[in-house]
Amino acid sequence: MTLFYVFAVVAVLASMLVIAQRNPIYSVLLLILSFGALSGLYVLLDAPFVAVTQIVVYAGAIMVLFLFVVMLLNAPHEDTELDEHVHPLRRPGPMRVGAVLAVALIVELGWALTRAGSQAGGDFPAAAVSSVRAIGRSLFTAYAFPFEVTSVLILVAMVGAVVLARRDSGPSVPPGA
Amino acid sequence: MPAITPLLIAQLVIIVVVFHALLLSAAAMVWVERRLAAALQQRLGPIRVGWQGLLQPFADVIKLMFKEELRPKAADALLFALAPVISATCAFAAFAVVPFGGETTLFGLLPEGMRLQVADVNVAALVIFAIASMSVYGIVLAGWSSNSKYSLIGGLRSSAQMISYELSYGMALVSVLLVGNSLSLTDIVNGQAGAWFGVIPKWFVFLQPLGFLIYMTAGVAETNRAPFDFPEAEQELVAGYHTEYSSMSFAMFFLAEYVNMVTVSAVATDLFLGGWHGPFLPASLGWIWFLLKVGALLFFYVWMRWTLPRYRYDQLMKFGWKVLLPVSVVNLLVTAAGVLYFGG
Repeated sequence: MTLFYVFAVVAVLASMLVIAQRNPIYSVLLLILSFGALSGLYVLLDAPFVAVTQIVVYAGAIMVLFLFVVMLLNAPHEDTELDEHVHPLRRPGPMRVGAVLAVALIVELGWALTRAGSQAGGDFPAAAVSSVRAIGRSLFTAYAFPFEVTSVLILVAMVGAVVLARRDSGPSVPPGA
Repeated sequence: MPAITPLLIAQLVIIVVVFHALLLSAAAMVWVERRLAAALQQRLGPIRVGWQGLLQPFADVIKLMFKEELRPKAADALLFALAPVISATCAFAAFAVVPFGGETTLFGLLPEGMRLQVADVNVAALVIFAIASMSVYGIVLAGWSSNSKYSLIGGLRSSAQMISYELSYGMALVSVLLVGNSLSLTDIVNGQAGAWFGVIPKWFVFLQPLGFLIYMTAGVAETNRAPFDFPEAEQELVAGYHTEYSSMSFAMFFLAEYVNMVTVSAVATDLFLGGWHGPFLPASLGWIWFLLKVGALLFFYVWMRWTLPRYRYDQLMKFGWKVLLPVSVVNLLVTAAGVLYFGG
């Protein structure tokens, strides 16, 4: 139980500090720390495969790209003093929408937490979470449709990014050349 | 609080032994690399300090310790200090799940058998992959926090290179996991015991020749060694991501590079070369075979460095994405079909 609290506190604190940072590089690093703590929680839940996947996919691959982008764009430090009034997200309209979203999130979280007690253990047998074979089997049989839909969704995002990032016509130049 | 049993003590001893063996192997590799490089170039190399220059690495370490620790004025102090620590930690952590010997009772000292391995994790192969993917942070952060153009370009190149080659590395890993039918390195090594027709050892390198080639190529790229040593290409980038580092924090990057080489070689031995299985020696001395095979791969690393020139950066990217990745995907498909057809 002690370990649970250690990981949980690290995860929550790191996540909160992510948005409190002025320097985007530190935000990225704190997010990685938060992912690491989550992965620790998965280990405590007897799901080593999920824990390692969390590290490989999120901390190892996605966050490296985040860091890469932040460095390449050379994102400036946020300067609140200056753009307190001009920042589009700080105008009354967006702030009202934000307040509504925050209330919705709190209500949803509260609803989820009250339901969590009644469904403790859930419908997953413990073995299904820990065994790679069981995960693979259910992913490609019972959950095949959501799995494929997710991959198509990611493909759509990828194609969209390519379309948006492509410069005007002319012979296409291979990347890296 | 677990009870203090002989098994627990043996585990602790193994942790200490592995840690120091890795440190010593890095020192030994420095000597081997310099002597081999000299031999390949018809020079003598370091021969003055100790017998045949064997104490040269220790003299180097002492020299590094007495150097001044410098930090550029505009550097990010926290990340600048953290980067070499991340590099070294990841390098050592990966070896924790690598098994290097079969079940043993340490010549009857233990009541029950134990495996020669720091931590027996049932997803060991993935853990190694995860830690390898984390080690890129050390280099990227070193490059960024130094606030120097050479360091930054070195760090960016390295992250692009590692992301590109990690994919092929993972595909090669999955192919061999399919053949071994397990994610545990111990099970994979034990699946390679015995021999076909009594002569050819049942190593997975014979079932996965392409996988082995892909793994080693991507492994060299992952460890930033020649001919893929772009992050520290001297002629273009001075010393790449560790240009601004001095004294012991430089030594930590140096150490991480050599320990990573040892880990990649050790994992390749476990996955493809039958681990501790070999003829002539009794099973309890299998770790000698393991050391010999790792040594052979490390020799190959150094040999390659002084044989092949460095590629151009665009060639590296083109090779990674347009040759190595498609080949590794096809290899994975063929392997999966083969495993399905022959029933593993």
